[in-house]
Amino acid sequence: MASLKDLRGRINSVKSTRKITQAMKMVAAAKLRRAQAQAEAARPYAQRMERMLASLGAAVADSPEAPQMLIGTGRDQVHLLVVVTAERGLSGAFNTNAARFARARIRALEAEGKTVKLLTVGRKGATFLKREFASRVVGEISYHNVKRIGFEQADEIATRITAMLEAGEFDVCSLIYNRFQSVVSQVASEQRLIPAPLPANDLTAPAGESPALYEYEPSEENLLAALLPKNLAIQIYRALLENAAGFFGSQMTAMDNATRNAGDMINRLTLNYNRTRQANITKELIEIISGAEAV
Amino acid sequence: MATFDLELVSPERLLLSRPVEMAVIPAVEGDMGVLPNHAPMIVALKGGLIRVTEGGRETERLFIMGGFAEITPTRVTVLADEATPVASLSKAMAAQRVAEAEIALAAAANDAPELREKATDRLMAARAMQDAAQAA
Repeated sequence: MASLKDLRGRINSVKSTRKITQAMKMVAAAKLRRAQAQAEAARPYAQRMERMLASLGAAVADSPEAPQMLIGTGRDQVHLLVVVTAERGLSGAFNTNAARFARARIRALEAEGKTVKLLTVGRKGATFLKREFASRVVGEISYHNVKRIGFEQADEIATRITAMLEAGEFDVCSLIYNRFQSVVSQVASEQRLIPAPLPANDLTAPAGESPALYEYEPSEENLLAALLPKNLAIQIYRALLENAAGFFGSQMTAMDNATRNAGDMINRLTLNYNRTRQANITKELIEIISGAEAV
Repeated sequence: MATFDLELVSPERLLLSRPVEMAVIPAVEGDMGVLPNHAPMIVALKGGLIRVTEGGRETERLFIMGGFAEITPTRVTVLADEATPVASLSKAMAAQRVAEAEIALAAAANDAPELREKATDRLMAARAMQDAAQAA
């Protein structure tokens, strides 16, 4: 049986652990709010971009000169997977879920005889995937020293993907990230980037406005060639933001659980401590009384 | 006077959304003034100033680093790559942008024509930013 001193030591150490997890939970909650606000602020641009793309895409889709980013290379052999995870751990199964999802996708694709290339964003996913698929990793991007993810970072990744597309290094590009459903639920999911899935036309025109016939300046093709990389960056930006918000949400939940567990443990240890203390007192009393009786 | 809804959004936030009387936007093929009931258009934008007129006066001047605009008879949506109110432009930052763009252009001297063109565009946008900062 543990001595009283040992128990006291353990109670104190669990108490300080609880203080840490509680503080981390608060910090995560504050950062989550900020991340959500940022994701909210990015939405108008994405919506309007979608509207413009729908109208342009419909105008160009049938033309043989449509840019590669829209119609793809016409093949389906080399897949580039962009896996977005967080930079830090202590967030429950957040990173593992995304990485596992990616692993399942890689296996499925390879079973079909496709070639898979990996571009990882975030350190945690990189370490997980490199263990098994080191030969497929073509690039690692990490923002652990960037304080606040901005559009700049997304643009950087998009530029890199565009360069790879132009060099003919892949045919299909998909993004794997944790979609933010709510604070307590993030779902690992896949989104195709190239060839770009076009939003449905007509339905997007607000009521009272006919799906207008636009004039384009410069030509549709040129506009689309400029708009598509922007759209790519926007999609990535959204994934980065959702990833950040999801990470803090997940970390908050994990730390909340840890705090509660620590509390339970403290209660158990305290009970144990008091029982031991009382047992000691009883034992000493018995010793004193029996000693007195013997005199 | 008749108005239309002007929206100015950058990837990071919605900067402006309200009815205005006229807006001058820097299209790639020259600045264009947009009044209500303009024919529907989608145009690409270069680096330059957006000037907004309300109540017969110019009320707002913002600098944008290129982007796109969607124009319908009742609404104008500007998707800017980056947008800053002219008042908060800094000369030093603009000068730094120009310097960076010049270096990038020099580095792109041997690249494909499209890349060189992009670098030139960026330099032009940076110069426009510098001009705007100086005028402010």
